[in-house]
Amino acid sequence: MKVLKLPKENREKFARALQYFGDVHIPVARGKESFVFKKMSDPADIAWEYLRTIAPPKKYILPSREALLRYDETAGYEAVEPGYDRTQILFGLHPCDIHGLSIMDMVYDGEYNDTYYFQRRKDIAVIGLSCTPDDKCFCRSMGTDSVDSGYDLFLSELEESYMIAVGTGFGDQMVSHTRHLLHESTGEDRKEYLQRRNERKDQFQIELDTSDLPYILDLEKGSEVWDDIGAQCLVCGSCSMVCPTCSCFNMYDRQNLDGVSGERFREWDSCLFKNYTRVAGGETFRDTRADRVKNRYVHKQGHFVEEYGRPGCVGCGRCIDACPAGINVVEVFQRLRGVVA
Amino acid sequence: MLRSNIYEFQSKAHEENPYFPKLARIVRRVPMVEDNHLFLVRFDNPADDEQFDYIPGQFMEISVIGTGECPISLSSTPTRKGMLEFCVRRMGRVTNALYQLRDNDVIGIRGPYGNGFPVHEMEGSNLLLIAGGLGMAPLRSMLNYALDNRRKYERLILMYGSKYPEDILFRDELESLRGRQDIDCMLTVEQSYSLPDAKPWGGRIGMVTDLFKDIRDLDPENTYAIACGPPIFYKYVIDKLIERHFPKDRILISLERRMECGIGKCGHCGIGYKYTCIDGPVFTYWDALNLPEMIA
Repeated sequence: MKVLKLPKENREKFARALQYFGDVHIPVARGKESFVFKKMSDPADIAWEYLRTIAPPKKYILPSREALLRYDETAGYEAVEPGYDRTQILFGLHPCDIHGLSIMDMVYDGEYNDTYYFQRRKDIAVIGLSCTPDDKCFCRSMGTDSVDSGYDLFLSELEESYMIAVGTGFGDQMVSHTRHLLHESTGEDRKEYLQRRNERKDQFQIELDTSDLPYILDLEKGSEVWDDIGAQCLVCGSCSMVCPTCSCFNMYDRQNLDGVSGERFREWDSCLFKNYTRVAGGETFRDTRADRVKNRYVHKQGHFVEEYGRPGCVGCGRCIDACPAGINVVEVFQRLRGVVA
Repeated sequence: MLRSNIYEFQSKAHEENPYFPKLARIVRRVPMVEDNHLFLVRFDNPADDEQFDYIPGQFMEISVIGTGECPISLSSTPTRKGMLEFCVRRMGRVTNALYQLRDNDVIGIRGPYGNGFPVHEMEGSNLLLIAGGLGMAPLRSMLNYALDNRRKYERLILMYGSKYPEDILFRDELESLRGRQDIDCMLTVEQSYSLPDAKPWGGRIGMVTDLFKDIRDLDPENTYAIACGPPIFYKYVIDKLIERHFPKDRILISLERRMECGIGKCGHCGIGYKYTCIDGPVFTYWDALNLPEMIA
């Protein structure tokens, strides 16, 4: 793999130079403790030390609401063609979010591939950035604390610089264009990188033991832990909205005022809402809050493993951050395992 | 190991749009019982008609332009070319809007979706079809498919339970099968009448599970039981089948769930790691035992 070095004093120039290839979206501060991904107007806004944004980068590929079709009573349906005019460069994605995108890619591919998703996805470039975990990060437990693929460039922070891994041909175009800002990486840099990697694994403060978890979840499906969590959960759906791998949506038609035309939309949905399973006639299949909160957790850590061979969770900690009831996913599984009461 | 993000997804973006409904027309509508009408539908474009094929047990997403979409199972059989038939109960928003439409009005349809009944694997076996209420809608497709391929299957038995005689779907069609030697067609109702001027009922009264005692010498090891009905129906029917030593993977059930997309993306019909829309709607009882919430 091609590896280069970006000195820190050049980092804003580097980000600006990337605009040659498309729109650059960066993490910026929103309020005191929150961050969002936003289209870059000034590279000085980049929050280099950010840890997690409120919403994950999936919003660039699966917007919270999008029109799929336009219709007219006489002409019938017409497909909306989404997509970007230019390449959208997502700058500063941490490994968990890069894995989140890879999981969304799997879900929207398959027996039927979702052309709307891929019409946006094809124009997304990813520039990763290393990070230091806090007390809500458990990516190491999910195997998502580093990435081997899914990025065009990946920036690993060193003391004075960033080591840049070039992942793709498009990544190579970006570093060629910015070659005047970059240096060759040295043996010293590689040593520093290894030292930082070794230190990083001790920086994690929480751990989610995934061994045998699908089986344990099946065994414990009647556990009273779910009733406790169900009593705590407000079924607000915040955890779904901020989750990098939650992919569910509703579809509905919205009529224009002319009464004959309109659009068919899809919009993010959450399995925590009671209506999620409601069929015509009113029956629902997960009546209690406990049923629904259990379904969400078991889907991520159990069913997803059975379907795709890996958990549908990347350990980003957003659901812990967003939960107004203070439910912590790591604690939920520890309680189910009987590790803590 | 490395992949090119920016180029990898190009081809996927330009495949056929799976959400795009094809235009079709309601050719005719046959009232069957109250709020249960059979809609006979044909594609607007003859080329769509020619390309279209399906398996009994599959369903389609039906769009009423301006209202939305809902999944409806096919009641017709692919062995009889011509119109697609959907037996629709007026129940929710979209089906109510569908009932407002008139003959020759345009709708959108996409599909077929779902696995359908395993018509090929079942060849050489006896078929025991068990329907409750509106569960007859998808089973009617299987029934007519089996009648049209009669030599491929051994004994063919239909047990169908309704609440009242006037609730029996496809009543004339099913009653006309009664004299035939190649099918054992058993109908039963819970109560013989509800309306004073209803056509008199000379048939059986009782639950669908009571019909089991009339079945003689049916080898469960060489029979597929296909059950379709409301949630409560499954519990009683499956108990009977297990009592009669049917292997769990020879008991097939067809399930109803909320579906928005029909193609395994929107999540609503998920049961465990299966999606009713692409992994079902037909599941074996073995699947049901291993997936939570499958049967109420």
